[in-house]
Amino acid sequence: MSYLTGVILVTSLVTYLVRMLPIVFFKRELSSQWLKAFMYYIPYAVLGTMTFPAILESTRSTLSAGSGFLVAIILAYFNRGLLLTALGAAAAVFVVEYFTI
Amino acid sequence: MKQSFFSGLRDGIPICLGYIVVSMSFGMFAVARGIPVSTAIALSMTNMTSAGQFAAVNLAGACATFTEIGLATAVVNIRYALMSLVLSQKIEKMSFFKRMLLAAGITDEVFTLASTRGQKVGFSYMAGLIVTPYIGWSLGTILGATVNSLMPVSVVSAMGITLYGMFVAIVVPVAREERPVLMTLLIAISLSCLFKYTPALAALSAGWTIIVVTLITASLAACLFTPVETAKSVEVAK
Repeated sequence: MSYLTGVILVTSLVTYLVRMLPIVFFKRELSSQWLKAFMYYIPYAVLGTMTFPAILESTRSTLSAGSGFLVAIILAYFNRGLLLTALGAAAAVFVVEYFTI
Repeated sequence: MKQSFFSGLRDGIPICLGYIVVSMSFGMFAVARGIPVSTAIALSMTNMTSAGQFAAVNLAGACATFTEIGLATAVVNIRYALMSLVLSQKIEKMSFFKRMLLAAGITDEVFTLASTRGQKVGFSYMAGLIVTPYIGWSLGTILGATVNSLMPVSVVSAMGITLYGMFVAIVVPVAREERPVLMTLLIAISLSCLFKYTPALAALSAGWTIIVVTLITASLAACLFTPVETAKSVEVAK
């Protein structure tokens, strides 16, 4: 077995186990109110953490990324949906960079 | 084919577009580090995780041991265990085998869409939601590893924001209706800035920062606010 085949096997096995064990073996419904609330807030906590400040470094300049962020917030506030919001942000980045870079 | 499978497929489109961009940069990165095109593609098709694959390619490029690579992969990806746990409460009753299958597709974005839906999610919706991003992730890697030079830099840069734009589209409508969610987001953002810009804390890897900040934020939120009952989170506009 070559080294790179080993790398593929090790990474895919570890990644799969991390993803699989909780969802497959944790079956009962949680009863604690606190835990339910905790689980309810996790996605928003994850998203907040992953999005900011990382979004500001996702393009070629902070200005274009900031503009894209702003456009995304406005579109999302008015419920324009995932695809339109994502593409709107990308369009804003493209336009701002066209004039500034 | 079930209707819910197709609505999953459709919801996966923005994730797919974002993934094409991210995995293209992975493909370019891997080839630049001396990894063969076939290995890069195989990694994407068996891992489907950005940070984990970047770490693996970095270590493999430096001829690290399997123990090191395995540990690094676990650390970077441990957040999926948390997401998997949350999803175990969110999915409808389904067989052992189906849960084994779905587990392979838990990514940050798939998790986010599934967990913020107003109702429980079934197997066919989840399957659809995973398939489109998986195609995007594989396709992007192939493109990045082979024909990357054809894409203008301006387009690649603009597409770099799409995943984040999608995140914004998921949280803002809910935060607008539910003050506790807004507060949770603000706490998470403040903490993530704190971890990013405080020199002593910045040493923590991105994977760990996400875990630590998430656990602190969600614990705080669970102590401070009771979620709006019956989980009437606003359905993301389609």
